[in-house]
Amino acid sequence: MNAVPTQPPWLPTTRQVAIGGIVLGLFAFWLTIPPVSARSPWWPVLVGLCAIAAGIWAVTRDVRRPGWGAIAAGLVGIGLGLLSTRANVSNLDQVVVWSALLSSTLVWATPLTFAAIGGMFSERSGVVNIGLEGMMLSGAFFGALGADKFNSWVMGLVCAAVAGGGFALVHAVMAIHLRADQIVSGTAINFLALGLTGYFFIQIYGENGTPGNLPRIPDVNIDALGKVFGHLNLMIWLSFVLLIAAHITLFKTPIGLRIRSVGEHPRAADTVGISVYATRYAAVVLSGVLAALGGAYLSIGYLGSFSENMTYGKGFIALAAVIFGNWRPFGAFGAALLFGASTALSFRLAQPWGNASVLFQALPYVLTLIAVAGVIGRSVPPAAAGRPYVKQ
Amino acid sequence: MSEPESQAPLDADPEGYAPSVARRMAFYQRAGGIVTPIMTAVFAFLMGGIVVLSTGHNPWRTYKAIFEGSGLNWLFHVGNHSIQVPFTHTHIWFLWDTNTNHTAAYNLTQTLLTTTPLILTGLAVAFAFRCGLFNIGGQGQYLMGTIVGVYIGSRFTDMGHLPHVLFALTCAALAGALWGAIAGFLKATVGAHEVITTIMLNWIAYWGGSYLFGRDGPLQNHFNKAVPISDDIAENAHLPTLSGNPHLQALHVGIFIAIGGLIAFYLILNRTTLGYEVRAVGFNPEAARYGGISVARNFILAMAISGLFAGLAGGIDILGWQFRLGVLDVQVSNIGFIGIAVALLGRNTAVGVGLAALLFGALLTGTSTRSLDPEVFPPQLAGNLALMIQALVLLFVGADLLILYIWQARRKLRLPGAARAAKGSA
Repeated sequence: MNAVPTQPPWLPTTRQVAIGGIVLGLFAFWLTIPPVSARSPWWPVLVGLCAIAAGIWAVTRDVRRPGWGAIAAGLVGIGLGLLSTRANVSNLDQVVVWSALLSSTLVWATPLTFAAIGGMFSERSGVVNIGLEGMMLSGAFFGALGADKFNSWVMGLVCAAVAGGGFALVHAVMAIHLRADQIVSGTAINFLALGLTGYFFIQIYGENGTPGNLPRIPDVNIDALGKVFGHLNLMIWLSFVLLIAAHITLFKTPIGLRIRSVGEHPRAADTVGISVYATRYAAVVLSGVLAALGGAYLSIGYLGSFSENMTYGKGFIALAAVIFGNWRPFGAFGAALLFGASTALSFRLAQPWGNASVLFQALPYVLTLIAVAGVIGRSVPPAAAGRPYVKQ
Repeated sequence: MSEPESQAPLDADPEGYAPSVARRMAFYQRAGGIVTPIMTAVFAFLMGGIVVLSTGHNPWRTYKAIFEGSGLNWLFHVGNHSIQVPFTHTHIWFLWDTNTNHTAAYNLTQTLLTTTPLILTGLAVAFAFRCGLFNIGGQGQYLMGTIVGVYIGSRFTDMGHLPHVLFALTCAALAGALWGAIAGFLKATVGAHEVITTIMLNWIAYWGGSYLFGRDGPLQNHFNKAVPISDDIAENAHLPTLSGNPHLQALHVGIFIAIGGLIAFYLILNRTTLGYEVRAVGFNPEAARYGGISVARNFILAMAISGLFAGLAGGIDILGWQFRLGVLDVQVSNIGFIGIAVALLGRNTAVGVGLAALLFGALLTGTSTRSLDPEVFPPQLAGNLALMIQALVLLFVGADLLILYIWQARRKLRLPGAARAAKGSA
């Protein structure tokens, strides 16, 4: 008892060392980009190695997760740092215009935010939604179709929401009443949306594509907010509203309590009189509507056109964001921002780095793989996610 | 047997959860015979026909054109033909026309070319399923096979023909196995859900491939830096062809490797200790653990073998007819995803996977731009129609369970005493 060695209070704890290692790893990359722009490859390597050393030290002292995080951050920092020291300086200045990068990050994060918050509701209620990709794609297509036919972006959004809700309803019937395997049905939704949107896109628009004068979701121009926030698209602002609404709904209202209890222990929820099926239906349909709105932002908000399979994996990044964000609205939003930033960087860095910048597109998947492996804080899904419920 | 009612495959457990996927699959496996998969496919084609009809095309003529595009009509073109006996100059009488300059025979070779990787990616999904795992990473494992296949095939040019082919195929299969084993390892050690990890691995392979063969990528070709494509593989690494012009996607020996894969799948599962353990874990991991089987080891092995099949499919495609791999090839390929529908329609059995792969191979070939008569139906639409039919097959596989459930419930209602008696004696 009395032989326990006590640590002097001024020394950092192992955990703090590990977190410091993570910061050092990021610092290694930061050194090589403006405004510092270290040109020697030794700087990122040196700093990155310190980060890895801190990580190893922490891991050997049984502080696993932050320790591994520091090792990963060190490796990533060295890799990115080396890549950018090889790029030329003037290009880097162009790339890393922080305001442009920030607004581009918000642009790419918004569809992910919508879909990820949708997916979070579905998974919180106990239904795994692999079909987010297909629902986004259907939103993108039917948003463009509605905007074109009714000549109004509002109707575009309405059509997108209806289409996404429709696909989600199919998934919900399969998953809840027919008790089909949710992965099979989600995969089916993805293919169905891919085939259906492609089919009708070619049938209706043919080789010319969607018309150039498609009604677009407007930007919100508030000059007082400055360069980045002054000219954001309406959907980006709506995604902030959605984030807060989702957080309050999920954690501060009876509805949220119902959704969470249905996803954690459906039998208990059923016993106290919560309708498991109705809650799950509502949550799944909501997820489809939100994912479709995210998709509609891509087609009639950002790009102003639709092309076949235009989401190419955005829905899966959203799914990754749900997991990476630990099934919480702010977590999912943070992950969406991070993943949006990696997409934005991959496009911005295409100039100096050439093809290597596409590796940034893989970053969300790598990070999520690391996250589910339990290296950076363990992701724990709702207990009943993926398991159909049978009423007694 | 103490609680016969809760042992019934489609009943809920006391917690109120529906039975596990593996248990339902096991039941599905036994029930309904061959009728349900056939009905599934027929319903999917009917629904597809409704979409075709609703957009002002004639579904009957469309399906007929797709059928002819797939070359399956070759089987009905019987007549007085001859075939050369291998390794001799003797020609003997043969019922069918084997001249691949004729459309039907050529289309059929293309269908078989597509069937080959579909069999293997189907097996990749099916094998994991028999272990209770849902491997939707067939696509990533297939891509790893193509990437490694094209790397080995375009390097080591001084190797002999057979060693080079074997080396390239082995490495491709091992690359797929490694990609699968990552998911299996994460499942076995930290319990990460294999669906999530395989999705992530799919996309990592997708972007990795896009990087490797893209402009100035490490594996881009040495001749034209403007084209994002790999080097051509060496002549020595081409798979031997069976019939047709080797430069026009001739039929190669890969189909036999795929059929060998089907046999290996059957033998491993039904005639080896490994297969027994894999199936035991698939039926009930807890019971298997109690019986002294290492569940973790079987998860890793099952995923590795699954990946092996998918990686082999990638290697065969590269060495058989693609001969090079471009960024676009990586990005538009979906052979691995179709493997999911193949496995589920084929009920995760060797024969079923073979037949389902032939169905989807014919559908893909019949709807391709090259084979489908554009006068009857635009191939761009047909490609999407094929995707829809595939999706509907997946949906109806889910709905099957409902049909089976009703079937079971009806039988229970009709013969309550008899059913119970049968159960008691079983």
